[in-house]
Parts: sequence; structure tokens; C-alpha cells
Amino acid sequence: MADYDQPNTGASTAAAAAAAATATAAAQAAAQAQLKKVKKQKVLLMGKSGSGKSSMRSIIFSNYLARDTRRLGATIDIDLSHVKFLGNLTLNLWDCGGQEAFMENYLSQQRAHVFSNVGVLIYVFDIESRDVDRDLATYVNIISALVQYSREAKVFVLIHKMDLIQPMTREDVFDRRVALVRRKTAEAVAIVRKQKPELTGPSPPPPPGPGGAMAGSLPSPDSPIPDLEVSMQLFATSIWDQSLYKAWASIIHDLVPNLSVIETQLASLGVAIDADEILLFERTSFLVVSKWTSPEGESNPYGDRFERMSNILKAWKHTCSKFTGTPRNAEQFSDFEYKMGANFSMFVTKFTTNTYILVCMPPGEASSIAPS
Amino acid sequence: MGQRRSGKSSISSVVFHKLPPNETLFLESTARIQKDSLNSFMEFQVWDFPGQIDVFDNPSFPFDMDAIFGEIGALIWVIDAQDDYLEAVARLNATILHLQRSYQHINIEVFIHKVDGLSDDYKLDIQRDITIRIQDELSDQGVENAPVNFHLTSIYNHSIFEAFSKVIQKLIPRLGQLEAMLTNLCRTCRFEKAYLFDVNTKIYIATDSTPEDMASYEICSDYVDVIIDFTEVYGSWQRTPEWRKRLEGPPWEQKLEDQVACEWAESGMVLADAQRPIMLREVDRFLALVAIMKEGSYEKMPQINMNVDVVVKGLTEFFEITKSKMTPTAVPGGVTAVNGNGVVGNGH
Ligand SMILES: Nc1nc2c(ncn2[C@@H]2O[C@H](COP(=O)(O)OP(=O)(O)OP(=O)(O)O)[C@@H](O)[C@H]2O)c(=O)[nH]1
Ligand SMILES: Nc1nc2c(ncn2[C@@H]2O[C@H](COP(=O)(O)OP(=O)(O)OP(=O)(O)O)[C@@H](O)[C@H]2O)c(=O)[nH]1
Ligand SMILES: [Mg+2]
Ligand SMILES: [Mg+2]
Repeated sequence: MADYDQPNTGASTAAAAAAAATATAAAQAAAQAQLKKVKKQKVLLMGKSGSGKSSMRSIIFSNYLARDTRRLGATIDIDLSHVKFLGNLTLNLWDCGGQEAFMENYLSQQRAHVFSNVGVLIYVFDIESRDVDRDLATYVNIISALVQYSREAKVFVLIHKMDLIQPMTREDVFDRRVALVRRKTAEAVAIVRKQKPELTGPSPPPPPGPGGAMAGSLPSPDSPIPDLEVSMQLFATSIWDQSLYKAWASIIHDLVPNLSVIETQLASLGVAIDADEILLFERTSFLVVSKWTSPEGESNPYGDRFERMSNILKAWKHTCSKFTGTPRNAEQFSDFEYKMGANFSMFVTKFTTNTYILVCMPPGEASSIAPS
Repeated sequence: MGQRRSGKSSISSVVFHKLPPNETLFLESTARIQKDSLNSFMEFQVWDFPGQIDVFDNPSFPFDMDAIFGEIGALIWVIDAQDDYLEAVARLNATILHLQRSYQHINIEVFIHKVDGLSDDYKLDIQRDITIRIQDELSDQGVENAPVNFHLTSIYNHSIFEAFSKVIQKLIPRLGQLEAMLTNLCRTCRFEKAYLFDVNTKIYIATDSTPEDMASYEICSDYVDVIIDFTEVYGSWQRTPEWRKRLEGPPWEQKLEDQVACEWAESGMVLADAQRPIMLREVDRFLALVAIMKEGSYEKMPQINMNVDVVVKGLTEFFEITKSKMTPTAVPGGVTAVNGNGVVGNGH
């Protein structure tokens, strides 16, 4: 995690100050460890035209409101953006226009260019699309190309626009689609396996005898995956609710290096200040990049609270921006404090240049070690 | 009341049941009168009428007019501004004339609805046109000064809550006294604007005397939202006895309730642009005071809190008195009926 350089010392409670102090150590450890890592990650964003790719990217990384996305035009060819995340991680986000002509082009002329060195593929399905078979056929082609050129890439499948499905049937519709997509993914892998020797030619870092490895040869140190498999996660999403934050927090979690260092540090901080929960948000997207929960906090029945907090705080940031007339990506608030009588206390404050922290504490004396 | 699909059920679902606006697409047409009771600082009833039934002209099932209108305080008539509204206006006119004959006390509140997506100019044109059509018809029929008010509304922004606030405020006895308390508070604490919110609906039932300001209402209302969410996620479930025991043990040796300075929810936050703080203070189970402060007042919080305490006490007393004075038949509410039962309950 980057830029842990200037923990905010103007925090409103003693706990926050303590948090800041402990964090400095965490910061340095994390930042150093991170420097050794590759800093650029290629992320492909694909799916049919109109499925909502540019919409979600704009909401997560560019502070769009859901309704602003209605103005987006179709993406022409590939829209490449370098998203700065937590200071010195840069995501190379390839928003690939989904019109058929473009898709064909990615699969043929630009095949190696597009599918090499991919860290993550995010594939978006529009749940309301009428031509499901065709969507799935395209998906199979894309997965085949991905497996061929970047066999270690992680795949995130987003079943999108779930808001258009009757709330009662959402779960069913999603489950059925998940089964279908899994089957198709397996089909794609099988195709590559069958066509192995001809197709695996230009694959960069080719594991020794890629074809052989796919067919199930002995695992070598260079190819830790003995058989060809796609690491895949599926999410039901909509730009109109918090589900988008859940999916993208998982995606980001896989991309940020050395998160475990930060997680350890948050844990010791949490124990030191006797907190019930700590969440760390990236400042622009408000995605939860790290979290810690006390044993007591684990009994919180709201399993969706992380994405919910992202959603609430980001909406709040928009509200503030509208009120103050300052740009949405500007810093909008600081030192949020809430004490709910004898129930709990919490605060949200700017933590480092690139993060906000939310801390939930027990009420009473324990949370005010020094007067605020 | 209003034409079919004008948005009546959507409004009551969004305002009173927190339905996300886009999910109103799935609402079915209402077939019977839907009555919702609302427990708040006063008890309200919201009656959602089916658009397909004309209450005044329904020979097969004549309605009991007194049962419907006798206890009502306000009638909300919803007109779909994105549709042809001539028939809606004609029916509204007929309704007003009926009510003027026997139930003159009823405020008629016209919601010119679904104005999202319409330009500001167009909105005002429509409002002007509808106002004129109604006034002309009424004066032709010899009715002057009927209590008809107009509001431009949409469920996709704060306008519907703001309009509902205005409707409800007219039904609150001694509203002026409440407003005076808030005006005083703003003066002594140098607040820019203060609102008294009904937390569950985000309707504001009073504000200070400074001019109306939609932007302030929006940010305060969203602040209430944030607090509601935090409260639900972190404050609505039972901690273990061990947790409490540890917190009440050494070195504190005190019950949690005695450790906290304020038993009610209180919150503050600073806007980054000019260091303007916003504060919220729970008044009772239903109401919260929310204020935008002038820049740089964060340091004076202890003093401000003392002043707020005094006002909160005053408000609590106000509602206790109001409660005891209200008779079951007193202030009704059109789509909203009010009676004296179950007013403010104090405590959690
Ligand atoms: N109902 C609903 N509409 C959405 C959602 N996400 C995006 N949309 C709408 O879908 C339309 C198309 O979205 P885009 O993001 O431009 O689609 P795209 O995938 O980038 O399309 P191409 O650039 O042509 O590949 C926009 O009008 C969005 O407002 C969603 O979750 N629900
Ligand atoms: N654009 C827009 N649509 C709205 C608004 N309010 C309601 N709608 C839509 O209007 C449609 C009809 O809404 P209902 O609330 O069912 O209408 P109703 O007046 O109760 O209709 P009946 O029960 O048949 O009398 C729904 O599809 C809503 O989504 C609004 O403020 N803006
Ligand atoms: Mg696009
Ligand atoms: Mg209805």
C-alpha cells in the first residue's frame, strides 16, 4: 500500500491518533515490500456492447453517479486508462468496446496484443440480453484466447444489471446463470486443450511444453498449475446498489500486492485500541481494501456491511460535493464522529493521503482513552 | 389520489417504506384502498387510492364519504407530468368541488409528479398551466380561495420528501412555536440552518426562519441516511454479556449507561471545503435535530452541545404537551390522518 507517509494527526479522538501512530510502522513496512513488486497490472474489461463495462468503471474510479452513465457512448475499440490506486499501484485498465466488429478483431488481428500479460479479466454479462446463446459463444472464444495467452489470469464474471430482474427471483436467475457460465468456461478450456499444439505457440512465458502441461503432464516449478483450470469468481451486480462495490473490492483485493502486511498491521492496531472493527477505504473509489474485525464484531449479522459502507460513504461524498460545489474527486469530509449512546461509537477519518479509515469502538470510557 | 399509474403507490412506498425508487417499476396497480399506519411523533395514516376507481362516481359501490373525508387533514392529488394531464386536472377539479361543499378544512396538495427528466422551464410551464386550469374552473363554479397548493415532485430526488414535509407541517399544531425554538438555537449557536427530522421518513417537520434552501435540506437529509445506516449495521444487534462485562469492569467499574455523556445518538462531521461542521442529535425515538454550522465552530462544540441539550429538552416537552392536548378527532391527515394515540414515546 502506498503513501502511508502522512497519517492524519488531526483526528478527532485519541483512538484515531493512536491509530495513526501505529500505522506509520505498517506504512513503511508495506511500502517497502511493495516496491519490489511489479507495479502495473493489466486488467481486461470485456463483454457485449451495452452490458455496462464503461458504466461501472466510471462509477468506481471516476466518481460518476449511476444516473450519469446514461450519457456514456459506446466505447470505440479499446479505451485504455491507467488508474492510480493507493498511490503507486497502477491498474492498466483495458475497457474493450463490445461491438461485434471489435470483438472479432480482438480475437483475430489483435489476439496476442490483447490477451498477453493479463492479470485479471473482468467479463460482464447483461442479464437482460436476449441473445444469451450468442453471448455465451463469444464468452467461450474470449476465455479460450485468455487461457492461451495468459493462463494464470484470474477471471471475474459479473452478471450485471440485476436491478432489472424482479427482486424475488434474482437469486434464482443468478444461480442458473452461474451454472451456465461455469459449464461454458469448462467447454472453453476443453477446446484449448484439444487444439493445444498449434494454438499455444506465441504464448509468452510459455511453461515448458505448454501443450503437455495442459494435457496433464507432471507439474514443473514453472507451471504450478498441473492442469489447465481457470480461477474464477462470479458476482451479481448492478450500478444501482452496493453489489458493484462487493465485486470490485474482490477484484482489487487480488490486484493490490502485499495486502497481508497491511491486514496484519490493522489487526494489531485493532487489538491495541480495543476496537470492534476497522475498515480501510481507498480514497477515490471508497472500495474496502483491508479490514479487521474483533471476535465480538464477528457476530455482526450484516455480512454485506463492507460493500454497504463503501456505497454509503461514496454517496455521502457526492452529497457533500453537490453542497459545497467542489469537484467530486476532491476531499469532501473529515473527522466524522458518531456516538450512539451506550451502544457503540465510531469514527471515519482521513488516514493517509490515499485512504480513509473507519473504526467502530465500544461505547463509554474504553473509546475515549483521552478526552477528545 | 390521482389517475392510474400517476405514481401514488410509488410515492408512499418510497417515502414511508424506503423502497429504492427504481424498484417502483415492479409495483402493481392498486386495486383497493391501501391504508398504512405510521408511528411517528404523531400517528399518521396514509391512504393510497386506486387510480381506476372514482370515489365520487361509483354507483355500484357507493363509498362512505364521511368515513373517508371526515377525519382527513390533507388530500394529495398526484398528476403525472410526463403524461397528458387534462383528464387528471378535470377529475381533480371535480374532487375539489365535492370537498369544498362538505369538507372545507381539507388542504388540497397537488403533486405535479415525475418531473425528473423535465427541464426547469418546462416544469414551471406545466405548473403554471395546471394552476390556471384549476383556478379558472373553480372561480367559474364560484369557489374562491380554496386551499390548493402545488408541488413539483419526483421519487428520484429529494423533492418528494420536501413536498411531503410541507404537507405534514401544515398539520402540526403550534408549528410556529417549534420554528421559534429552532430559530433561537440557530442564533445562539450561530448555525446556518437547522432541521427537525422525522428519522424514519426523512420528512422535516420544522426548520428555523431563514429562507428555504433545498441544498441544505438535501445534505441534512442525506446525513440522516448515513446515520441510519451506521446505526443499523453497528447498533442494531445484541453484543454478548462478556463484552459488556469487560467494558463495565476494571478500570472503569461503571455501567456503560453511566459511562457515556449522552444516552442519545449524537454525531458530527466536518465538510472539507470551509471546515463547516454538520451535527446531528437524536431528540427521541422518532426525531432528530440536524444542523449545518458556520465554519470554524468545531472548537466550540462543548458549548454548542449545551445549547443543543436545552433545545432538545424544550422539544421533548413540546411534544409531550402536544400529545396530551390532541383529541382523537383533532388534526387529521388527508392521505394522512392523525390522532392522539401513540404520540412520542420517549426512550429506546
Ligand atoms: N439498469 C441498469 N442499467 C445499466 C447498468 N449498468 C449500466 N447500465 C446502462 O447500460 C448502458 C450501457 O452502458 P455502457 O457502460 O456504456 O456499456 P458498455 O459495456 O461500456 O458498452 P460498449 O462500450 O459498447 O462495449 C448505459 O445506459 C448504462 O446506464 C445496471 O447495472 N443496470
Ligand atoms: N420517472 C418517474 N417515474 C415514476 C415516478 N414515480 C412513479 N413512477 C413510475 O410510475 C409508474 C406507476 O406508479 P404507481 O405508483 O404504481 O402508480 P399508481 O398511481 O399507484 O397507480 P394505480 O395504483 O394504478 O392507481 C411506475 O412504473 C413508477 O416507477 C417519478 O417520480 N418519476
Ligand atoms: Mg463502453
Ligand atoms: Mg397504486
